[in-house]
Amino acid sequence: MIRIEHISKRFKKLQALDDINAIFNNGQVVSLIGPNGSGKTTLIKSILGMVKADSGKIFVNNTQINGDPSYRSNIGYMPQIGRYPDNMKIGHLFAMMKDIRNAKDMVLDEELLKKYDLEKIFEKPMRTLSGGTRQKVSAALAFLFNPDILILDEPTAGLDPLSSEILKEKIIAEKKKNKLILITSHILSDLEEFTTHVMYMQEGKLIFLKEAETLQEETGEIKISKAIARIMKGEQPGNDWIDKVFHLNSNKKTI
Amino acid sequence: MLKLTRYILYDILRSKIVIAYTLFLLIVSFSMFRMEENSGKALLSLLNIILIVLPLISLVFSTIHYYNSYEFIELMLSQPMSRTRIIIAEYAGVTISLLAAFLIGAGIPVLIFSPTDTGITMLLTGLALTMIFTSLAFAVSVKARDKARGIGSVLLVWFYFALIYDGLILLILFSFSDYPLEKVTLALSFLNPLDLGRIFIMLKMDVSALMGYTGALYKDFFGSTAGMALVTGVMLLWIIIPVWLAVRYFKKKDL
Repeated sequence: MIRIEHISKRFKKLQALDDINAIFNNGQVVSLIGPNGSGKTTLIKSILGMVKADSGKIFVNNTQINGDPSYRSNIGYMPQIGRYPDNMKIGHLFAMMKDIRNAKDMVLDEELLKKYDLEKIFEKPMRTLSGGTRQKVSAALAFLFNPDILILDEPTAGLDPLSSEILKEKIIAEKKKNKLILITSHILSDLEEFTTHVMYMQEGKLIFLKEAETLQEETGEIKISKAIARIMKGEQPGNDWIDKVFHLNSNKKTI
Repeated sequence: MLKLTRYILYDILRSKIVIAYTLFLLIVSFSMFRMEENSGKALLSLLNIILIVLPLISLVFSTIHYYNSYEFIELMLSQPMSRTRIIIAEYAGVTISLLAAFLIGAGIPVLIFSPTDTGITMLLTGLALTMIFTSLAFAVSVKARDKARGIGSVLLVWFYFALIYDGLILLILFSFSDYPLEKVTLALSFLNPLDLGRIFIMLKMDVSALMGYTGALYKDFFGSTAGMALVTGVMLLWIIIPVWLAVRYFKKKDL
């Protein structure tokens, strides 16, 4: 469970987060959406303690985040751009992570490692990997230690359709285990299958956090992406971002 | 912490820069002792090279290493690992590798050709200076936003301690030459670890007579147990304060 109370963060001139309040519970799959620069990644990084918020409190499983890093053992994080030590080989990276987490007596979840066939390329140094393979490594690492909370920042960006499908299946499987999953993505059609809640942010502000079903009822749309588009049009005239994304998606389908 | 340091050391050894530094020191030390008949003279020449090269290498290498391991630091931050632990482990890794390089590169030749009091004092001073300048480099590079700024500032630090500071001292001595300045110069030398190291070794070499009345005062001061304790204390402060600052900055930093 994650509870966010009045979080604000300013980077010089940019108000990255503006008084955000939210509660995410176990069993939810929350889709964090919003245009580029709306503060999604900053919010995620605040939860992880990588960005220090100017004011406000964040609670993970009822304990407030303040310096003690142990809460992060419950969180699996997949960054937007996975950056790893260049000289390290994939196998070495996984061995190091297990060693650092004292994983000897932990139950490891190596499903993605196997499905992505990463063991075959264990000898490859990280610097030679393509963006997609890096994403696979990030995904495998995020799920490796069986965390209660999964935070996935643009998980499917750069993955081929097959790998993307594997990841989505994994997310659905984890959702069934009553875990809390937080996803940001610009590819709304990807979120369709598993989203239970939608959180929409814009210019650092929380515009709404709703259950997917409520959203569908309110807008009369079955597809979440369409529902969001409709809401955005109604509430924010002149905002055509969502249309563009949508347009792109529909174009892809016709091809 | 030890685990982390081990991985950092492994990474540093792979980059081979430290090995090159060790070889450089070995070649310079051996050639100095081979060229000079008098091992005391050789030690003095070696001292002058060490006082210029050692701080420069410690500063630049630590800074480059810090920026190059940014990915590693980011990765560790998403794990249950406290910031203090991460930055101290980084510092320990860099310092240990540089200390080892100095001990092998300068320590072996000195112990072979001049295993005297003076030789040992020089080695100890070299070790202390390595730790001091690595710790200064960490304070600067954690504070600086990007690599270019970091390396620029660190070079400025080197210029200041190696060149500008002595110029300032001379300026003070000339402007106030009508006053007794012996005690003031003694106090001022505490503000520059390089000067402190130099004076310390010079006194061991019995060349203090060359420094006139100031030399006699120095000899009197550094020869006493209280003086020695004070010098050791000041050197320790030069190590601890920058590291403490680096930890402080790093704890507040957004990554």
